Amino acid sequence: MSVEAPHRILPGRVVRLRGGALALRIERRPFLVGCALVVLLLAVAVIGVGTGDYPLSPAEVIETLLGGGDRSSSFIVETLRLPRVLCALLVGAALGLAGALFQSLTRNPLGSPEVVGFTWGSAAGAVLVITVIGANSGAAVSGGAVAGGLLSAVLVVGLAWRHGIQGYRLILVGIGIGLVMRAGTDYMLTRARFEDAITAAVWITGSLNGRSWEQVRPLALALVVLVPVALALGRTLRALELGDDAARALGAPVERGRLALIVIAVALTAVATAAAGPIAFVALAAPQLARRLTRASGPGLIPAMLMGALLLEASDCAAQRIWPAQQLPVGIVTGAIGGCYLAWLLASEWRGRRTA
Amino acid sequence: MQSSSRSVGLVLAIAALAVAIFLSLALGARSIPLSEVIGDLFHPDGSQNATIVHDLRLPRTLLGLGVGAALGLAGALMQALTRNPLADPGLLGINAGAATAVVVAVGLLGIGGLTGYVWFSFVGAGAAALVVYLLAAAGRGGATPVRLALAGTAVTAALLSFTQAITLLDRDAFDTWRFWWVGSLAGRDAETLSQVAPFLIVGALLALSLARPLNALALGDDAGRALGAHVNRTRALGGLAITLLCGAATAAAGPIAFIGLAIPHVARAIVGPDQRWVLAYSLVLAPLLLLVADVIGRLVVSPEELQVGVVTAFLGAPIFVLLVRRRRIAQL
Amino acid sequence: MTEGRPRLSGSELRLAYDDRVVVENLDVAIPDGSFTVVVGPNACGKSTLLRALARMLKPKHGAVVLDGADIRSQPAKDVARRLGLLPQSPTAPDAITVADLVARGRYPHQKLLRQWSPDDERAVSEALTATGTVELAERSVDELSGGQRQRVWLAMVLAQETPLLLLDEPTTFLDVAHQIEVLDLCADLRERHGRTLVAVLHDLNHACRYATHLIAMREGAIVAEGAPGEIVDAQLVEQVFGLACRVIPDPETGTPLVVPAARRVRVP
Repeated sequence: MSVEAPHRILPGRVVRLRGGALALRIERRPFLVGCALVVLLLAVAVIGVGTGDYPLSPAEVIETLLGGGDRSSSFIVETLRLPRVLCALLVGAALGLAGALFQSLTRNPLGSPEVVGFTWGSAAGAVLVITVIGANSGAAVSGGAVAGGLLSAVLVVGLAWRHGIQGYRLILVGIGIGLVMRAGTDYMLTRARFEDAITAAVWITGSLNGRSWEQVRPLALALVVLVPVALALGRTLRALELGDDAARALGAPVERGRLALIVIAVALTAVATAAAGPIAFVALAAPQLARRLTRASGPGLIPAMLMGALLLEASDCAAQRIWPAQQLPVGIVTGAIGGCYLAWLLASEWRGRRTA
Repeated sequence: MQSSSRSVGLVLAIAALAVAIFLSLALGARSIPLSEVIGDLFHPDGSQNATIVHDLRLPRTLLGLGVGAALGLAGALMQALTRNPLADPGLLGINAGAATAVVVAVGLLGIGGLTGYVWFSFVGAGAAALVVYLLAAAGRGGATPVRLALAGTAVTAALLSFTQAITLLDRDAFDTWRFWWVGSLAGRDAETLSQVAPFLIVGALLALSLARPLNALALGDDAGRALGAHVNRTRALGGLAITLLCGAATAAAGPIAFIGLAIPHVARAIVGPDQRWVLAYSLVLAPLLLLVADVIGRLVVSPEELQVGVVTAFLGAPIFVLLVRRRRIAQL
Repeated sequence: MTEGRPRLSGSELRLAYDDRVVVENLDVAIPDGSFTVVVGPNACGKSTLLRALARMLKPKHGAVVLDGADIRSQPAKDVARRLGLLPQSPTAPDAITVADLVARGRYPHQKLLRQWSPDDERAVSEALTATGTVELAERSVDELSGGQRQRVWLAMVLAQETPLLLLDEPTTFLDVAHQIEVLDLCADLRERHGRTLVAVLHDLNHACRYATHLIAMREGAIVAEGAPGEIVDAQLVEQVFGLACRVIPDPETGTPLVVPAARRVRVP
């Protein structure tokens, strides 16, 4: 492995392996931000594992994770807390990545799974299962949600398709279908029995309560497949950002690439939703926050993923610590934290620009 | 399009609106013949039909008229001011502000009944709109469309999670919230109408007076300034009008989706980008859609009712999608 | 390339947007190693023709042939290593830096694992140097003036390192000095690097001075083509643009110089 000295024109270090078969340009700031995010992520995860009815100190958590610790703490960590933390990290990463893909595809900072009607579609599916069919098991509700979300996504992409997909048309059609799904959800909520309505409302908010290895395993498996594909398509995404003409002139598969990227983003959202419900705002905020920290142009898929995982795990810790007795769904905290942070960034951005 | 054909179209739209008003008075769980409706309206004789028309349907219809017009105008104003065709009361945090205030009133302060929380909703909408604008305008470049939309989304997310926290902790608040949040004109009486009417009227007049500077601003801030428009003053007055209109409409009927977003698009598709005509058409077409939706909602699941917010979404979305597919959305 | 056949040509082209036919039954050949300039009045179909040559637009009839095969039947990346296009009004992503934008021109040369080779580095450096944008490399594209932005986009297309280069109105938004600079650069690319260039230009005099091969279009058809000195005269300008003029030799280069007739002559 050889590392070249920073070049004068293009920022970053070039890393080459095996005589140039593998060659990547790595920019300094995004790289450092990524490392910092990973460190924070691990720290928050340790705190998360230690949070609950029987608090464990970070030292105890690390000891237990490394194989030490007594039987009760290893039971608490491995059976109860670790799956929940892993679930938060994986769901957050999936949402962050999906958000980055949607925002880059639609060239709109407001692009998120809601753009293709997914969020409200999955809410409608879940509420239908809970209030009309009356099923209450986690699998049935997850199934309903994923079915509803996929149905809306297929509907939106199908309706927006006309000689290919155009980001702007996709957003507008998605808003239209999303509103229909929302109206249907609201209507079912008003007609439902009160208890069912509450159950549905909690589910719509998105929650990590009681998540076990049962949710973590399929989620991890799905991400192992989807994330590499998404990263491989990242290059096409960078070309697409230049506009359809320029991308086509560069030889990028415009229509095919865009459809593949949408499918990946929808799949990521679907697996995340199946595990934890439609958690608000992570997909929207994570890419924006990551982008402002790295100050890099381009989709920034990996920082967005890390930021999504950090945001969701930190929110879950906060939810458990602030209202230990209430079991409040994490979706409430992601909205509050993400919303406030984005607002603060917007308000303070101009100061940073002026000094820069 | 020629000015004369635009005028003809507007007259036709007004005629359609008049028909919708009569239908709204006559139809419902109990349908009343049109001839009787007119009699009951001007000479109530104390009969049951007369009471229904005069005490229930008249205020409801007038409220629908006001709320619809307000949402249409506010949507057109927002899209012109932010130069963002996706702007609507939901996007810029106004619905969320109103919803949060209602939930606070019901959940934390124990205020029940519509007349009690109307004022909260109003204040909440205004406060949210102000916060969104200040956040967006804090930067060096001022309140650009993207910054406005981002700030609106941020504020909405924070407020909605707050709302959800309260409603999931307080069951009464949740029960009130789920019926208010869906958006409905049912059960609104003359008192509600008289409470919000002044705000609707002032807001509408303000909105209509801004048509000319908005036309100048449509060319961009610099071109607008060069044409002698006062950019900041227009933005501030526009924001005030939007707050008055949306706050009052949302307070009275809940957050009704889609009208503020779709009607200006429909208007622009018919008359082109001239804001004077867009505002005029929005003023007529929006209540038309709302009243028709309300009447349909009364009829389809009779004797139950489908809330008007649900009907507007189901009615409007297909039209909207068709519009998006068929032509390039008329640019702002 | 065999038996003198040019690398890029189109035959029996019918070009249309939806149902609106812009170009009908047009044959065109781009001489290898030429600086071909397409001129004509607004809406004559010159940009449409360029888009078809760059495979942005699928002909309703006929085919564009690159290196002996239908351009649409060849793999996109393969074509993109031989044919580059500067679109008329390209959009830069938010907050992208100049260096990063230019680097994206290397897309067709990169592979999944080999995303930044020494060739990429060299091509980007050369493109930045050739367009005089080295000192802008760290700046954000958003902050640049119109002229700087155009040069940066040109750099992106140059970084693509294609022997054939199509430019859709590359001098728009530029002041006269920068227009000349860009055209000098184009001439250089042809003379020193042997590249073939096709550009749509608005300024007839620039076209006459720089083009080695001129194509004059009107209403979707080619009215005349050839070396500017041989085909441009007052009659052609009148026929193509409907403008009365005199054509005199350019005092600098001897190429045709179109001087519009005085107003009293044109408007009696």
